Amino acid sequence: MVDPTPLAVPETALTLSGLTVAYAGMAAVEDASARFPVGTMTAIIGPNGAGKSTLLKAALGLIPAVAGEVRAFGKPVAASLGRIAYVPQRAAVDWDFPARVIDVVRMGQYRQTGLLGRLTPGLKAQAMDCLARLGMEDFAQRQIGALSGGQQQRVFLARALAQGGDLIILDEPFTGVDAATEAAIIGVLHALRAQGRTIIAVHHDLSTVPAYFDRVLLMNRRVIAEGTTATTFRRATVAQAYGDGLLSAIPA
Amino acid sequence: MTFGAEFVALTLPPMVIAMLAAMACAAPGNFLLLRRQAMLGDAMSHVVLPGIVAAFLLTGSAAQPVMLMGALAAAALSAALIEVLRRITGAEPGAAMGATFTALFASGVLLLESSGAGGIHLDVEHALYGSLEALIWIDATGWASLTDPAALATLPPELPALALATLVILTALALVWRPLTIATFDEGFATSIGLPTRLISAALTGLAALAAVAAFSAVGSILTIAMLICPAATARLLTDRLSHQMALSLLIAAAAAGLGTLIAGYLPPALGLSFSVSAAGSVATLSGLFLGLAACFGPRRHSRAASR
Repeated sequence: MVDPTPLAVPETALTLSGLTVAYAGMAAVEDASARFPVGTMTAIIGPNGAGKSTLLKAALGLIPAVAGEVRAFGKPVAASLGRIAYVPQRAAVDWDFPARVIDVVRMGQYRQTGLLGRLTPGLKAQAMDCLARLGMEDFAQRQIGALSGGQQQRVFLARALAQGGDLIILDEPFTGVDAATEAAIIGVLHALRAQGRTIIAVHHDLSTVPAYFDRVLLMNRRVIAEGTTATTFRRATVAQAYGDGLLSAIPA
Repeated sequence: MTFGAEFVALTLPPMVIAMLAAMACAAPGNFLLLRRQAMLGDAMSHVVLPGIVAAFLLTGSAAQPVMLMGALAAAALSAALIEVLRRITGAEPGAAMGATFTALFASGVLLLESSGAGGIHLDVEHALYGSLEALIWIDATGWASLTDPAALATLPPELPALALATLVILTALALVWRPLTIATFDEGFATSIGLPTRLISAALTGLAALAAVAAFSAVGSILTIAMLICPAATARLLTDRLSHQMALSLLIAAAAAGLGTLIAGYLPPALGLSFSVSAAGSVATLSGLFLGLAACFGPRRHSRAASR
């Protein structure tokens, strides 16, 4: 049966409503509400311990939330996981694991191959293509522990590309990477945004926010401000999140 | 008695049983090692004892399925206790495991001693070292017995039981290979693609418990611990690919078990020594020796040292 009233295409990739997360009784994220429009690229910024990573993990259901609701593409987030690619912090995994670069990228294709599914030539070519987009095709057979930090971050992003998600969530993708890697990653992310994908990243380098991101979400346990970079990334709002100091780089 | 008859009746059954037990343990051991849960294998192999004793005391039966259920229940109980201890005391996982399994193992020993070991084919010594040498095939008359259905029916029951357990463990691991690998490497990512990571962890614990239970009756808890971790740790030093590591660990486990039983059976008499050594002891020693050799001469060690 065809639905008589065609649903409007949801224009919001991710919506958080009153999300609260607690560790051992202490609120790490308190009553966070935010929306991330489709086709935008948002930086989540705030001081250390502000709950940025926690916010993302709770939004994806990786850690339990005390209260609040998360919807992705108009559905509960658990029902939309197939459209979301998550890139954890590089330090979250043991890079001494016995795997090659290509093995990690192919983990991103799990939904296509399933439990026993074999990798078709098409999927193998796609995995190599994802590596090539990050300039890593020559490293496909390399043991992951033998890579530099920047190369490891590129492999993680290649895995996200292999997932083919519409919403890409990255936890500190630029931490501890070299300048070439940062440029390669931002190039890929901007290309994805140009295709209408939505990108959310925890970011630390305030000086690159205006160049990289079109939206910001400022937080310090609570959401302090969210909106376009032009209107929201202002000295007064950032000072609210960080306290004073280190603000000379930001337009007044 | 010819050598063939003696070998098939007295040496072959314990050797095959040791090899099966070693492979059943080595397979899940690969993932325990990569998850830094080697201690969990230790815990599983220890809690088998109180589980078996309690099952016997509760049911009065020493049948294999009853023992298996008791041991699995003890494994589940210990997993729950470890979790509770961690949450209440905030202890690190290793400490919580160590406290739980030693306390349970000790209570199993007390239970065994105070209830009298007569009705159950277990005493503390067997619990530690197993009873490999006792698993002989009385009706075997030579190599021809291997094709004689009447003689095969009198094989020690541990042999088919272990063969079945090994088959179940290897099949289960082959089925969940990809999700288990992904969840082991990157749990956050695994959850984000919808994999049931808690269920996967529980399933791995269950497989390790099954391996420990199946191996325990034949080889005892010391060899079970060695077999859960040593072959996987040795293989880890020899390769950087998980599938190769798994295959190598099975090979190393089988080699250590096979050679170990042969050494225990034939080396002391060949040297004219009057004493005998335990098969489980020589298998475990050999496993440790293999690990030491791989650590000293393995290719990975040198390449890593060079890359740093």
